[in-house]
Amino acid sequence: MNDQVTGVRPAMLKLLLTVVLGAFGVAMVLPFLWMLSTSFKVPIDVFNYPIEWIPKNFNWNNYSRVWNGSQPFDLYYFNSVKVTIITVLGTVIICSAAAYGFARIQFKGRDAVFFIFLATLMIPDQVTLVPRFIIFNYLGIYDTHAALILPGMFTAFGVFLLRQFYVGIPEDFSEAAKIEGAGHFQTWIRIIVPLSKPSLVSLVILSFTWNWNEFVNPLVFLASKELYTIPLGLTNFIDESGTDYTLMMAAAVSSILPVILLFLACQKWFIEGVVSSGVKG
Amino acid sequence: MSFRAMGESATIKLYQPERGAIHIRTQKQSDTLAGWLFILPGIAGFGVLTIIPIILSLIISFTDWNFLDGLKGLRFIGLDNFIEMWSDKWFVDSLTNNLVFAAVTVPATIILSLLAAIGLNKGVYMKSPIRLMIFMPYVSNIVAISIVWGTLYNPTMGPINSFLRSVGIDNPPGWLASSTWALPAIMIMTIWANVGYNMIIYLAGLQGISKDLYEAAKIDGAGPMRSFFKITLPMLSPTTFFVMITSIIHSFQVFIAVFVMTKGGPGSSTTVLTYYSYRTGFDFYKMGYSSAMAWILFLIIFLITFLQWQGQKRWVHY
Repeated sequence: MNDQVTGVRPAMLKLLLTVVLGAFGVAMVLPFLWMLSTSFKVPIDVFNYPIEWIPKNFNWNNYSRVWNGSQPFDLYYFNSVKVTIITVLGTVIICSAAAYGFARIQFKGRDAVFFIFLATLMIPDQVTLVPRFIIFNYLGIYDTHAALILPGMFTAFGVFLLRQFYVGIPEDFSEAAKIEGAGHFQTWIRIIVPLSKPSLVSLVILSFTWNWNEFVNPLVFLASKELYTIPLGLTNFIDESGTDYTLMMAAAVSSILPVILLFLACQKWFIEGVVSSGVKG
Repeated sequence: MSFRAMGESATIKLYQPERGAIHIRTQKQSDTLAGWLFILPGIAGFGVLTIIPIILSLIISFTDWNFLDGLKGLRFIGLDNFIEMWSDKWFVDSLTNNLVFAAVTVPATIILSLLAAIGLNKGVYMKSPIRLMIFMPYVSNIVAISIVWGTLYNPTMGPINSFLRSVGIDNPPGWLASSTWALPAIMIMTIWANVGYNMIIYLAGLQGISKDLYEAAKIDGAGPMRSFFKITLPMLSPTTFFVMITSIIHSFQVFIAVFVMTKGGPGSSTTVLTYYSYRTGFDFYKMGYSSAMAWILFLIIFLITFLQWQGQKRWVHY
């Protein structure tokens, strides 16, 4: 009797919680659903109320107008893919090496350097924006993709994320490698990197997302339109297309889609990355 | 076990002949070399892209410099930039907007993400899809998000105001077109975008709390409310501390939403420090003034973080 009561109540509570949180979840994605449905509407139906979640006059045309219109969306895509992939590759190599140095080797000056790394995390990007603009000008990489790739690659955050993980790998593994005669380079490539796949994948996915979405660096360091990446191209597109909301939404969907797909495919790693960057980092 | 001591020369030296000691010293030196080599690429980039710019930025902030005039236009004016800004309406309004923005979005994000995490942690059906839905805004680019919300906020025809009218609010807010409502509109969007990220961090924090504590509390006769206030909240305090600090830092760096949705307007109602500093530097070419404002932004962030750090002893339980 008693068991039945305690059995029914948690089930009811669970159902109630599901309804409440489910409603919250749906409310969270409503803007995306509205964006998606509007991207298939004809302009006159955009603001119909009650909202037409499934457009009555279904219009596929917006996407071809976005992709074949005045703005070279395919070029923006290509630029984003290029910049993002190179940046992510660089990030992984540089951060993994630095993390190995900070986590697995005892050496003079290590902790001091690490502390400086830590301290600068608090300094907002805006502080370094003007000098970086001047330095890039001086180095001759202003208005090139290198101006986006370099700052993306050197991320103190990535070093922390991997360092936290490397610290946790038992010392015995490195010792065994050492006995076999492996140097630090070998130990890093053959032992630590393979063991740290989960944290590397997290970093790849987070870094991909951030670089795909990066806006301020392209805004400040690019002048030529043919170098624009998606977020900057998107603002350009909006400025030109005026108030054609169906077109704006088709462009917005186009810009978000790759990351959403990546996110849905790799959500486990995403969440792991956020957790390890947040709680333990 | 003894291999572990290889790096610790002091303990081994006692038992090893002279040659061993030398061997160990060179091992140490080669470790130092290897260590620096491993961190070199990171350090080089960090130096050129962070450390040098920080120093330059500080120097530039004490100058009056129109970038277009080249280096010969650089004029040292001491603290003038830092004094002038306090009588600059745009700066004072930016700072005020930043403070209001943080004061509203940080607590709201914390409360919502904590409640969502606790709900999900208690066990619901379809846990994973719900978590995904709440997390989705975080991965989407803010430019696209700002464009979508900008349209949703349309004062005359937008879905938000159509909805408000349909539930009997005859004069719904003008949102981005109104100097009273533009900042709240951006705050609502920001909270929406950040809840998912913080929820994930809270979920991780909740999973770290031992079930035994709740069992013990139950045996002692504590109800759910009591366990929440006596166990959950105190055990989560390090997570809350982390979420609070990062949220405050992020809230002071809000830029893209303002840039895309309002350009700081109407009037100065949504101008924030990052945006005004950007405008001053890259639209008006006043690099000195722009840098000085960026440093004020940093000092504020630093001060708040420092105060939080000092205050944590009172409420954070490790």
